[in-house]
Amino acid sequence: MDIQYYLILSALLFVVGAAGVILRKNIIAIFLCIELMLNAVNLSFISFSRYLNQVHGQIFVFFVMVVAAAEAAVGLAITIALYRHRGSLNVDDADLMKW
Amino acid sequence: MFEHLWLIPLLPLAGAAINGLLGRRCSKPMIAVVACGTSGAAFVLALAAILDLCALAPDQRHVYLPFFTWIASGDFVAKVEFLLDPLSAVMLLVVTGVGFLIHIYSIGYMQAESGYYRFFSYMNLFLFSMLVLVLADNFLLLFVGWEGVGLCSYLLIGYYFERTSAADAGKKAFIVNRIGDVGFILGVLLIFATFNTLNFDEVFGQIVNGPERWAPEAGIGVLTAIALLLFVGATGKSAQVPLYVWLPDAMEGPTPVSALIHAATMVTAGVYVVVRCAPIYSRAPIALEVITAIGLITAVMAALIALVQTDIKRVLAYSTVSQLGYMFVAAGVGAFSAAIFHLMTHAFFKALLFLGAGSVIHALGGEQELTRMGGLRRYLPGTALTMLIATLAISGIFPLAGFFSKDEILWSAWAEGHRLVWLLALITAGITAFYMFRLIFLTFYGGERFPEEARHHLHESPPTMLVPLSVLGVLSAIGGLVGLPAWLGAESNQFFRFLEPSLAQSYSSKHLEFSHGTEALFAAISMVAAMIGIYVAYRIYLQRPGAAEAIADRAADLYRLLRNKFYVDEIYDLLLVRPMVRGSEEVLWKGLDAGVIDGTVNGVGQTVQASAGFLKNMQNGLVRSYAMWILTGVVFILLYVSFFKG
Repeated sequence: MDIQYYLILSALLFVVGAAGVILRKNIIAIFLCIELMLNAVNLSFISFSRYLNQVHGQIFVFFVMVVAAAEAAVGLAITIALYRHRGSLNVDDADLMKW
Repeated sequence: MFEHLWLIPLLPLAGAAINGLLGRRCSKPMIAVVACGTSGAAFVLALAAILDLCALAPDQRHVYLPFFTWIASGDFVAKVEFLLDPLSAVMLLVVTGVGFLIHIYSIGYMQAESGYYRFFSYMNLFLFSMLVLVLADNFLLLFVGWEGVGLCSYLLIGYYFERTSAADAGKKAFIVNRIGDVGFILGVLLIFATFNTLNFDEVFGQIVNGPERWAPEAGIGVLTAIALLLFVGATGKSAQVPLYVWLPDAMEGPTPVSALIHAATMVTAGVYVVVRCAPIYSRAPIALEVITAIGLITAVMAALIALVQTDIKRVLAYSTVSQLGYMFVAAGVGAFSAAIFHLMTHAFFKALLFLGAGSVIHALGGEQELTRMGGLRRYLPGTALTMLIATLAISGIFPLAGFFSKDEILWSAWAEGHRLVWLLALITAGITAFYMFRLIFLTFYGGERFPEEARHHLHESPPTMLVPLSVLGVLSAIGGLVGLPAWLGAESNQFFRFLEPSLAQSYSSKHLEFSHGTEALFAAISMVAAMIGIYVAYRIYLQRPGAAEAIADRAADLYRLLRNKFYVDEIYDLLLVRPMVRGSEEVLWKGLDAGVIDGTVNGVGQTVQASAGFLKNMQNGLVRSYAMWILTGVVFILLYVSFFKG
């Protein structure tokens, strides 16, 4: 079983996610893209775990999933708060943190 | 025996500190008691120290009083040490004695002035500095006193600082003195570079026991350079050409200050330094000729200017400049003791003249113009009498103090072979007698020219002012007797004998021998010159009122020249002050300060601001652009890792 197919798929998913983070304006879409990047990384962890016959990678994946769940909870809360204040989900409208 | 010597300068310093720090809360009598008490105690201690000194054998009159080492850096050692020898003893007595009398006088004179404590604090500080100057045993400590008296002079000239003219006069005195002090400190540095020590005795000892190159026949050498540099300092402090311009302006200060600092003591510091360095000067004949020339030019020029001044204090100021010129002439022809003799008698009669003038000004409510005085002897008999004594003394009338000292100077000039110097000095003596009696006649004799309302306020001064006047009057009358010349039957000049140990190391060439009869003849000639001056003044100002104006009209050009003091202030203004101000303004201020320094500071700020203006665009608040930067960074790190570390 070749590992490179999994890694290529993981890389593709990561690039799609990163491109989405940079290019999309909708905050929900950016969120989804971040999840996509996290899961791309998870995929490569699992692949290496299987390839090297070690359990470390799987443990890391659990950690990532826990953090991702927490991050989703906080992130969505921020999103809702932002929408209430600004009436918009466009990230370019939330640019107060600058010079 | 001399263990109390340290108290002499320290007492006035303590007085200055007490009055300066606490005087604001003290009553006027308290302040006066502190100031006069400390200076009086210093005078008593000085008297005791000098009696002790006289008890020693003449060759042992050379007392050291070490205190502590001030600076020790490698070879360079500067100690705080006092030296009491006949020369510093004379200065000590003059400074504390005249200083004490003027302190007493000031109690009355300054009674109505504000800042009473400030005045006395500065006066005591001046006494301290002057005593350090005359007691110092090395050039550095002397320089400390030298600068100290300069500071006090500045503070006291600018005593009425709310008057612009007084503040300007203070600045002028300070700045002109700085020019001289540059020369002085260069001279001190040259002494250290040459002799590797600043102690008087060590320097002079090296010269006396040193190699042939210190001999006066060796031509222009380092000694001439030292002598001339120190003399530059002396011209500043002692108001000689070309640096005399500050002294007439210094009359802006209160009159006791003019008497103490600008007549009796501080301005003689330059003469003191020249005499103290007699071992150097006597081996630098060219420097001596320069001193003679400068002294003579100063004496003649100041006497001519004094002829036409109408401000009573300014006449006295120019007279002081002229008399200081006399002292330098004496030092220049090698008669160092005669210079000190004249310094002492001059301190008596010139202090008296200034105090008397102060008494007149006081009585007239601040009037200083001779043209608005006249006939005052009826109202101020005590002042008139004492001032007449002082005027006779300065004119050189036998047997008052000035006669002996001035005659010694004239005689020394002739005896040392300076015939032209003698002639000019003699003429100056005549002019001196003339302008001093002009002052007396215009002030105390003739018609009353002061306004009617001033007559009601006219009053003789209080005893605190009259007593010092009387004491100085007695001193002006008999002070010259300490130096009775040999031709008058004395064994030899006692004053000169007393000073001899201090001048033992100076170089003296062969003296020409003259008979006592010749000396007496020259004394008579100088008396005649003074009498002619007095008679002419009497004719012009008393017998034929209006004659003065007629003469001024006939010689209008000369009169205008003298009246404007040879335009020296204007020439200095044109040649030095104006270019300096313009240069400072155009080059230093607008060019260097505003251009280079401000430009650098502002340039740094502008550079930072411009680059920040460019860089701040990176922080635009847009999350997606931050993500882009992060991604770019990661890509670069990955590229670096894969290409260079792989």
